Amino acid sequence: MRFAIIVFPGSNCDRDCAHVLGEVLGQDVRFVFHKEPVLPPTDCVVLPGGFSYGDYLRAGAIARFSPILADVVRFAEAGGLVLGICNGFQVLLEAGLLPGAMLPNESGRFVCREVFLRVENADTALTRGCKAGQVLRIPVAHAEGRYHAPPETLDEMRRAGQVLFRYVDGRGRARDSANPNGAVDHIAGVMNRQGNCFGMMPHPERASERVLGSEDGRLLFESLIRTSRRG
Amino acid sequence: MAKQTKDLALAQGLTEEEWDRITASLRREPTEAEVAVFAAMWNEHVSYKSSRTYLRQLPTRGPRVLVGPGENAGVVDLGGGLAACFKMESHNHPSTIEPFQGAATGIGGILRDIFTMGARPIANLDSLRFGSPTHARTPYLVSGVVSGIAHYGNCMGVPTVGGELVFDPTYDQNCLVNVFTLGVVRADRIFYGRASVPGSVVVYVGSATGRDGIHGASMASAAFDEDASRKRPTVQVGDPFAEKCLLEACLEMMDRGLILGIQDMGAAGLTCSTFEMAARGGTGMRVDLSRVPLRAAGMTPAEVLLSESQERMLLVTSPGGVQAVLGVLAAWDLCGEAIGEVTDTGRMEMTFEGETVVDLPVALLTDEAPVHERPWAVPADLEERWTLPAPPPRREVWESFLDLLDDPSFRSAAPVFEQYDHMVQVGTVVHPGEADAAVLRLLDAPPRGLAVVSDGNGAMTWLDPATGAFNIVAEAVLNLACVGARPLGLTDCLNFGNPERPDVMWEFREAVRGLAEACTAFGTPVTGGNVSFYNETAGRSIFPTPVVGVVGLVEDVGKVVRAGFARAGDVVVLLGPTDARLDGSLYLRRRTGEVRGRPLRADPDLHRAVCDLLVSSIESGLLHSAHDLSEGGLLFALAECVVLSPGGLGAGLDLSFAAEDPEALLFGEAPSRAVVTLSPDDLPTLEAASRERGVPFLPLGLVGGPMLRADPFVSVPVETLVARHRAPLPGL
Repeated sequence: MRFAIIVFPGSNCDRDCAHVLGEVLGQDVRFVFHKEPVLPPTDCVVLPGGFSYGDYLRAGAIARFSPILADVVRFAEAGGLVLGICNGFQVLLEAGLLPGAMLPNESGRFVCREVFLRVENADTALTRGCKAGQVLRIPVAHAEGRYHAPPETLDEMRRAGQVLFRYVDGRGRARDSANPNGAVDHIAGVMNRQGNCFGMMPHPERASERVLGSEDGRLLFESLIRTSRRG
Repeated sequence: MAKQTKDLALAQGLTEEEWDRITASLRREPTEAEVAVFAAMWNEHVSYKSSRTYLRQLPTRGPRVLVGPGENAGVVDLGGGLAACFKMESHNHPSTIEPFQGAATGIGGILRDIFTMGARPIANLDSLRFGSPTHARTPYLVSGVVSGIAHYGNCMGVPTVGGELVFDPTYDQNCLVNVFTLGVVRADRIFYGRASVPGSVVVYVGSATGRDGIHGASMASAAFDEDASRKRPTVQVGDPFAEKCLLEACLEMMDRGLILGIQDMGAAGLTCSTFEMAARGGTGMRVDLSRVPLRAAGMTPAEVLLSESQERMLLVTSPGGVQAVLGVLAAWDLCGEAIGEVTDTGRMEMTFEGETVVDLPVALLTDEAPVHERPWAVPADLEERWTLPAPPPRREVWESFLDLLDDPSFRSAAPVFEQYDHMVQVGTVVHPGEADAAVLRLLDAPPRGLAVVSDGNGAMTWLDPATGAFNIVAEAVLNLACVGARPLGLTDCLNFGNPERPDVMWEFREAVRGLAEACTAFGTPVTGGNVSFYNETAGRSIFPTPVVGVVGLVEDVGKVVRAGFARAGDVVVLLGPTDARLDGSLYLRRRTGEVRGRPLRADPDLHRAVCDLLVSSIESGLLHSAHDLSEGGLLFALAECVVLSPGGLGAGLDLSFAAEDPEALLFGEAPSRAVVTLSPDDLPTLEAASRERGVPFLPLGLVGGPMLRADPFVSVPVETLVARHRAPLPGL
């Protein structure tokens, strides 16, 4: 499967994603610099974590005006697979490809730690390798990760199965104490209504090898690869 | 006019003697810009004038050393075409004045030192020392420094994986922020801060120059008066986003073979980088200061030369490479400007708006900079320091134990490490606080990895500087051994008081001697570091506090063990001597409020044997956990093994060997000791291996249960230990 990883100035998980997709999973990976006008032929676009444009103004707010973004939007609207991780999720929100917005963490601080995620919808291109209700152990690392959306949008998203992951405790229960940033309804990841564009705050690329303590993140990348084979 | 220039020189910290030397050498008055250059290059922070003669004692060579001191960072060979590049630096004065930006720009500076060598930074450590937790300014400093490090390091995408967090009243008015960065570089593609080829082009790279940080280096070379906050404008403001772009642009230019030499602009900015690059290359330079990109109007040549604006580099490229260099910089939206050329004159010639403002022999400012043989004297109170205070009234062991657990050093630093991205770059195998050292895997050379640790002990070093310094190297090497790593090399930050005081100079001499002896004994060549003098406020010197950062090689990161008990049913074994002393111990400090006694010096043969036993036992998969005994002694270390165990495993132990002198044997401190756990079936193998190496071996009991039972002295529920471990730290 062909993956295009977008490199913004300030991206810092681009190489991590390339390592997992390329070295660990043996896929075809290309970096695409943000100043490129068009995407190369690809099956999935990954917007990696980091501090695009230093996160000045607001996380993801400037990256959304990068030249490549227009083509990413076109690719997504044509049904192409797009995954935004952490800062990439913030960019997708700013670009209007995903519903909702991101606020600074409730603590006011950057938080880096392992969290537990419950898979809320296992019938998507990103999660079909998981079981519904399965608990994944994947780390977060962000200062602006408090997902927010107005109540009516949330209702719609819940009905349409657009909530992909919630922060839970080790036993799978959604609890304030298990929510690292104060996200509304403990939401850690969402998708668009069409089911081809995904955003998540946790970093699956940091949990894809046994030596790093968890392989749960790999299930998500493998789901994408399986989806592409079926297509 | 002459009087004015001289006054200017004295005001900028040059001495009468130095002024005389300048005028004698030049046979004329220096210009205003030249005065600035002399003041910057001859100050303590840049010239090491008080320390240079002593630093020559440090062993800097070894079979693996590719680059030793004198460059931007040291490099050691890892085999297989890879090398590790690392350095530690202090940012004490700026952090004391303005903790957030002070610490942030400290990270920015040390990262530049690493990537100028051609290495991609893969990990940071921060050794932080603050005043008493109850001192009014401590929470402000802790919170500012930690968030400054997080701000810069996180944005750069370099994981902060460990360090130290120490509280002691000696740092009440002068915190220590020592930052360490490790990078990985191809051994055949190391870059140097040298301008070697006459005719090549000098290019200014990075952010534009402003008035920030002028006289920063001289601020770090003087003691603070009461109103240090007035110096706040000399602290620079960091822009980690600019530096992240600079990092990627530099590595790209290096990949494309565009760079002949490169140096970051740190202390004393453009002055230091031009002079040092020319000095190392044995060349000269002609520079047009009017071409330097500026962000403030009306800057004088002296201001341009002294600015410490962050995120700037000086590089040398061939005349044919200039266009390509500017192209890469433009792609990353960075400034780039050819400002001069390398000459063969040995002189630094600088013009500003067509007028010559600097024309100096390079060597006079660098290799021939003044060296001070500062007077030293044994401190008058040394005997007193070595005398133990009157024994405190008897107290039950359990009472003392619980009191010790109230010390901030027992508390979890998780509230600090969670603010740092410690996992970016997918290399962090051992997370902060889990083990005696952090472990990063080498993505290009699996299953190998690097272990890194930093250690210092101000109180012990104050009691006996040579022994204290010797022991911190020993401890760092033991920390590495506890994760299964063998040492490769060492970098240091030597944090001391005012070198104009003979007793401080004696402490420095002694500490460097101890450091040199330890580095020779434990095979850790010194590849670089820095000296920070004048750490005092209102006349009080800090404890002499050398801090070392040591890098070790792990053959298989899959075999690394952590500090906490790992499995119920394992046997707990004490490796190393059971003997220990209360001298300088945490116990004695808490009990009496006094730092007194004479610390034991590590026996090199025994210490090496213990480390070797640990590494080979970990490599063969024998051990399930390992933790060194350091501050706090045996019981303290056992309590740490409990709170660091997954799920809170207690233990049932028999410590009756300590009945003779419980305080000394349970709370005393001594080098060369570790607590390990392993399966009972493997006990005979470990015993045989210990005997073979002459390492004392004492099984203490078994892991498991809801209590830490140390018969016949204490029995404490695991929850009590966990609660103390989780108690909040000031400012967090």
